[in-house]
Amino acid sequence: MTQFLAQLPVLPIIIPLIAAPLTMLLPARALKGRIPCLFATLVSWIAFAASAAILHSVATAGPISYHMGDFAPPIGIEYRIDLANALVLTLVSGVAALAFPFSYASIRAEIDDHQLSMFYAMALIAMVGLLGVVITGDAFNVFVFVEISSLSTYALVALGARRDRRALTASFNYLVMGTIGATFFVIGLGLLYQATGTLNMADLKIQLAGRDNPMVEAGFAFILVGMGLKAAMFPMHLWMPNAYAHAPSAVAVFLAATSTKVAVYVIIRFTYTVIGADFDFAGAAFEYLIAPLAVMGMFFASIVAIFQDNLKRMLAYSSVGQIGYMLLGISFGTEQGLAASLVHLFNHGLMKGALFMAAAAVAFRVGSETCDGFRGLARRMPWTAAAFIIAALSLVGVPGTIGFISKWQLLSAAFDSGRAWAGFLIVASSLLSVIYMGRVVELMTLAPAPDASAAVREAPLSMLVPMAILVAANIYFGLSTELTVDLAERAATSLMGAAR
Amino acid sequence: MDLLAFAIERYNYWIFITLMMMGLFIVIARGNLIKKMIGLNVFQTSVFIYYISIGKIAGGTAPIYLPEDLKARMAHGGDHAPLPGKDAIGAGAIRVDESLHGGAGFAGNDLQSLAGKAAPPEGAALHSAPEGAANDILAAPPLTIEDHAGAAGAAADLAKAAAEIVYSNPLPHVLILTAIVVGIATTAVGLALIVRIREAYGTIEEDELEAADDIAEFGYVPSKRGLPEQRAGA
Repeated sequence: MTQFLAQLPVLPIIIPLIAAPLTMLLPARALKGRIPCLFATLVSWIAFAASAAILHSVATAGPISYHMGDFAPPIGIEYRIDLANALVLTLVSGVAALAFPFSYASIRAEIDDHQLSMFYAMALIAMVGLLGVVITGDAFNVFVFVEISSLSTYALVALGARRDRRALTASFNYLVMGTIGATFFVIGLGLLYQATGTLNMADLKIQLAGRDNPMVEAGFAFILVGMGLKAAMFPMHLWMPNAYAHAPSAVAVFLAATSTKVAVYVIIRFTYTVIGADFDFAGAAFEYLIAPLAVMGMFFASIVAIFQDNLKRMLAYSSVGQIGYMLLGISFGTEQGLAASLVHLFNHGLMKGALFMAAAAVAFRVGSETCDGFRGLARRMPWTAAAFIIAALSLVGVPGTIGFISKWQLLSAAFDSGRAWAGFLIVASSLLSVIYMGRVVELMTLAPAPDASAAVREAPLSMLVPMAILVAANIYFGLSTELTVDLAERAATSLMGAAR
Repeated sequence: MDLLAFAIERYNYWIFITLMMMGLFIVIARGNLIKKMIGLNVFQTSVFIYYISIGKIAGGTAPIYLPEDLKARMAHGGDHAPLPGKDAIGAGAIRVDESLHGGAGFAGNDLQSLAGKAAPPEGAALHSAPEGAANDILAAPPLTIEDHAGAAGAAADLAKAAAEIVYSNPLPHVLILTAIVVGIATTAVGLALIVRIREAYGTIEEDELEAADDIAEFGYVPSKRGLPEQRAGA
């Protein structure tokens, strides 16, 4: 048992990685394609269980350092897990564990049957990539995992082509932008490597100490731009709305809840663990570059979201704005700001997951992804509508939901660090989210249903249950902040402590 | 003049930057999707060249472990160094052992000694960093790559002697092998997408694709750019 536990950190990676090619071999047509779905679901649950165990172990016993192949860290690849990655790890695997069972009904309607095994194999690989990015303590390993997840994501987005051929161009644009982002990241790593001769994050931190030279600065800039592209940081977000809007609904659920958050996590990791507080330029970059861009993203993306007709595209633009909140939190450069950022990263994953699930359920039953499809939905699909409304309230930041917790954290971080302007801007942009979410909620509750309403039934249980769990999480973590806020604060303390 | 020499010594970076900018420009400026892919490839290749060049040591060999050879050299110790003023080579041989574990640091140290430069490890800004030392050796007259290729007398001998013990830093090369694989996979996925786009739209010109999408969505092209007649359906 102890032998097994010693290998725990690698399980969330290795199990899905081995399972993915096996999934591809499973029969796609037998039993209505349930076999690959069930298998992938099982694997994602194992990954989630392992992640939760890791989180528990890290929270109680401190950071874990796992040596891949038993090679000692600076040379070998190290999986270094502290609270920050454990939290994101749990988010990613948790959303995956819900998205896989959810996807079954939705994806069967949207892609060809014979593609089902391939779809689940790719989805598992995308999950492995994201988990790997989060778990690893080796800088180049981050790039490899980013590309593993990106490559499968391109294919997943392109699967939407049967419904809408624009998925192909969206996927192609995502591929071009994503590759540029990843390549920038590699250039940055190369510069840091050239400056230090190491790729281990903890070792990089030690080697970089006191080496504030243009090469390191350029390396950091490349990493920031590269990961900013992946995180859809304004103004590098252009690939995202189309990719999410045209991807199959189930794919959008998983990606929206996880992929950009993971990129934000990488930015946090490199800023605090690798570069650290010794370097003025990192602070300056956040003060004069990231903070203004984050604020612009909050407003610009929210305003664009108001005018979107396609619901998924609207949610994607809303994500760009929400990424702005996270980056704004990081840019404060205080422990509180970082904690708020981590909390929002976690919470936003939960609420966007729930919103995209509701959108997917509507697309599945009504067959429409425009806001019009939500007309009179409260009477036709009451559970889905209720889920959407709760998640929307959460996005706006109503007390009792997780959105309120993250906004509260952000606001207090803003005021405590003497940035009252940021506080007001956060509130102002939240009002914009009231407009774009309120528009849809109004259509759902007050607008009369179109004539064809008789034919529309509530979404199947396989969709409702994961959606309900996510919505319950939205409320649970909004009332009981022990897990998220306390852990995020401790994670922020350790990140800041490491940075010094 | 010094500045010029400084710039020329680092010609590998100029190649990298030029290629990178060319690649990015092609990606941004070209409307044809295939050309975009090629631009993306050029861009990625520039990064490969960058990584390869930071690990390369003039006269350095592939890092292959030769136990007997190593033992023999250890026995000879410093006497083995065949050229005056290059005793550092002997020291290098002993350090080979370390190199197997820490390629990066080893390459840097050896290079500095080989180049006959007494550059302190923590020296001036950029290029005193271990890997930066690759440039020192490129700059050192008897050891430039060209000389090695041209087999010019003593330089060639030195390079040969050095080749027995000086290893190129393998790590960047291994890293970039991974990146090359990733690049190939990206290209393959990109080209596959282009094939599908061509099947669905009948064109791979970006302007025409946008126009086709606009016609499908709005029934007309909002951004008039004097395009040829569109094939809206597919």
